Amino acid sequence: MKNAAKKIYIALIFIFLYAPIATLMVLSFNASKTRAKWGGFTFRWYASLFKNEVILKALSNTLIIAFCSALIATVIGTIACIAMSGMHRRTKAVILGITNIPMLNADIVTGISLMLLFISFGFRFGMGTILLAHISFNIPYVILSVMPRMKQLNPSTYEAALDLGASELTAFFQVVFPDLFPGVLSGFLMAFTMSLDDFIITHFTKGAGVDTLSTKIYTEVKKGIKPEMYALSTLIFVTVLTLLFLVNFSPTKKSNQTGID
Amino acid sequence: MTSKNKWLSTPYLLWSIVFIIIPLCMIIYYGLTDKTGAFTLDNITAITTMEHAKALRLSMVLSLISTLICFLLAYPLAMILANMKVGQHSFIILIFILPMWMNFLLRTLAWQTLLEKSGVINSVLSFFHLPNINIINTPYAIVLGMVYNFLPFMVLPLYNALSKIDDNVINAAHDLGANGIHTFFRIILPLSVPGIISGITMVFVPALTTFVISTLLGGSKILLIGNIIEQEFTQTSNWNLGSGLSVVLMFFIILNMIISTVFDKDGEGSML
Amino acid sequence: MSKELIHLSDISKSFDGQMVLDELDLKIHENEFVTLLGPSGCGKTTTLRILGGFTLPDTGKVFFDGHDITRVPPNKRALNTVFQKYALFTHMTIAENIAFGLKIKKKSKKYIDDKIHYALKLVNLDGYEKRMPDSLSGGQQQRIAIARAIVNEPKVLLLDEPLGALDLKLRQEMQYELIRMKNELGITFVYVTHDQEEALTMSDTIVVMNQGYIQQIGSPESIYNEPENAFVADFIGDSNIIPATMIEDKLVSILDTRFACVDTGFGHNTPVDVVIRPEDVELTAPSEGIIQGVVTHLIFKGVHYEMEVMANGFEWLVQSTTMYPVGQKVGIKVDPFNIQIMNKPESEDEEAVAIDI
Repeated sequence: MKNAAKKIYIALIFIFLYAPIATLMVLSFNASKTRAKWGGFTFRWYASLFKNEVILKALSNTLIIAFCSALIATVIGTIACIAMSGMHRRTKAVILGITNIPMLNADIVTGISLMLLFISFGFRFGMGTILLAHISFNIPYVILSVMPRMKQLNPSTYEAALDLGASELTAFFQVVFPDLFPGVLSGFLMAFTMSLDDFIITHFTKGAGVDTLSTKIYTEVKKGIKPEMYALSTLIFVTVLTLLFLVNFSPTKKSNQTGID
Repeated sequence: MTSKNKWLSTPYLLWSIVFIIIPLCMIIYYGLTDKTGAFTLDNITAITTMEHAKALRLSMVLSLISTLICFLLAYPLAMILANMKVGQHSFIILIFILPMWMNFLLRTLAWQTLLEKSGVINSVLSFFHLPNINIINTPYAIVLGMVYNFLPFMVLPLYNALSKIDDNVINAAHDLGANGIHTFFRIILPLSVPGIISGITMVFVPALTTFVISTLLGGSKILLIGNIIEQEFTQTSNWNLGSGLSVVLMFFIILNMIISTVFDKDGEGSML
Repeated sequence: MSKELIHLSDISKSFDGQMVLDELDLKIHENEFVTLLGPSGCGKTTTLRILGGFTLPDTGKVFFDGHDITRVPPNKRALNTVFQKYALFTHMTIAENIAFGLKIKKKSKKYIDDKIHYALKLVNLDGYEKRMPDSLSGGQQQRIAIARAIVNEPKVLLLDEPLGALDLKLRQEMQYELIRMKNELGITFVYVTHDQEEALTMSDTIVVMNQGYIQQIGSPESIYNEPENAFVADFIGDSNIIPATMIEDKLVSILDTRFACVDTGFGHNTPVDVVIRPEDVELTAPSEGIIQGVVTHLIFKGVHYEMEVMANGFEWLVQSTTMYPVGQKVGIKVDPFNIQIMNKPESEDEEAVAIDI
């Protein structure tokens, strides 16, 4: 009885979280151009999506920024974690405090502050400024993912590698990095996701004429969203979902534990 | 590793100074000066004008309500998830991050479709002969949007904090005579405080400062403090006033940060 | 023997189809220090958790003072547990930790304060009231865990490998402390460990377990000197376990050589196992021994020398204060009293031995 209640509760929360996603998926097959009416089933928007150069351009901008910002943030963040592991507690605390600022600060404040910076120093608004902004808010996610693995690291393995004759770089890439890798990877994916989903910071740091999917959608809100957008979101979501299922439910990952003694 | 690797932190430190510290100083600079660059407190005190004060008050009320609802929804959920002992820690995190792969604006807009007079939810309600709800373009819809968007930020830190509690600590409480209620209030709740604080911070700040959710679900009539700041930058181009109001917001954010560092020294309630 | 306090009656338990306890039957008496001893996975912790009320047995009953408490929740049982890795409440001070159970029972402030004082004194941590658990060493946290349990005046204290996380020196100190505390409190201790030395040092009664079965129950002396089967002999201390034949009462043929012994009642020409402790093997000049062999290994162990002697195709483990160099021919002698005869196990898995204490 109690268990049933728990399951119902979890189910309701998931319906709440995933209902809008299901709605958007349904809308992507809606023949009627307005959201309000169901005009029958169609694949039309999927076909026209690939001819809509404005949307495709926004998509490529989004992916380029997400990939580049996540990659650069991962490199900077991982190196920072390695550096921090040898630091005093207090120095480390200060750096981690700074790291936390973009996480805890409001996106609108981060966005505005970067906009003011770019204006004051005469940056030309465009892909470059968006990229810089995204790298900035992505680094904390990388550090937060890598730091716990760093703490678990056994310092003796690195020393053992040196002892066995490896150079410092070899020791790092052959012994330390493989241990860190899961954290680095999840940091990269987290950064990629956050970049992809960002609207507010992009809104303030993009120039006229450059759009990501988010900013494109925001300008379309008043005119009405093009159904191709629904089709595109559905495609992205389903692709990611499929990839995740493949990764998460691959038979090699199963581990069996028994809890006795 | 060895301390000689310290210089490796230089790129990140430089980056933080240029793209985190300096920009924040610029907001404060703009906020405390007028268009000619002269010092003034006018941009800060502007918060007391009727329009701004009303927007701030509404933002406060709605974000506090949303935070409370998120907490009440998330705590039981996090407890259930932590007790399931799925072992697949990352899988649980994934489920809550997955929706982010569908654009946040579109997901929020989808609530319009769901909430409309003849929308999906009302159709379901009618089917069960329940009264319809018409909350679209009202503050209620904004609260719903906030809860929807920020719930994962409450669930994840709570789940993290709760799943870190050793089973034997709970067993020990039972062993010493505590019943379920005692154990919850004296052991589980206090031990999850880092997660609670972190969750509240993660929900309250974005809810307080949002302008997107109010634009998408509140119609164009309801203005939150975020909307006002956004307009100062993108429409009126009064950066000084916008910065001044942002400084006021930052006051609340910093307050929030201080509280969270005091209660969560070891970062135990972090999201990941 | 004192009054029976706990009776675990025919307890069986399996996890995920894997049998952990098989019809276990165990009686524990008042004021007894009982140790459940066995390798990991033998079911000892499960037994303790069933006693504490954290695990329900699949079948069987738990009787406490004659009452069935099988389904009584942990917070209503007159026993308290000291957990592995202590399980202290890290958000409370030491005093609050110790007071936890008493506050729930709504005891007066005066009573609680006195109890805290008494308990901290008992565990030698006077003046630690205001400290937080994280600021204490492992050994100190362990003492606090004990203090937190005993202030509730349990009739039985359950201890789940409480010394496992401590280093050797501290572990030995704590063993004496525990015996002292038990004597001072005058209550029953049920202690789980995989460390045979711990069990031998502290217990009144040792219950040796393996694969969900009780192998032998007895005093430390009887477990060590008269192991009933090869598992017990092998698990407790070092020993020579040698297949042999019981020729007749008080005469056994070990490695085709006749040895006098003291056991009777095994019949004629019965295959048996004999256990001879390494310290009971006497090395002599070759002519004086019952059988002859050659020293193959020699290690200095401090208190004694440990040697291996090849004789009649068996490598004998010998501990002696006299040193015989490798390659030396020696004779082997064993006092009849030191030869322990055991029945051969009928199958690979030892059958449960059902005896009362």
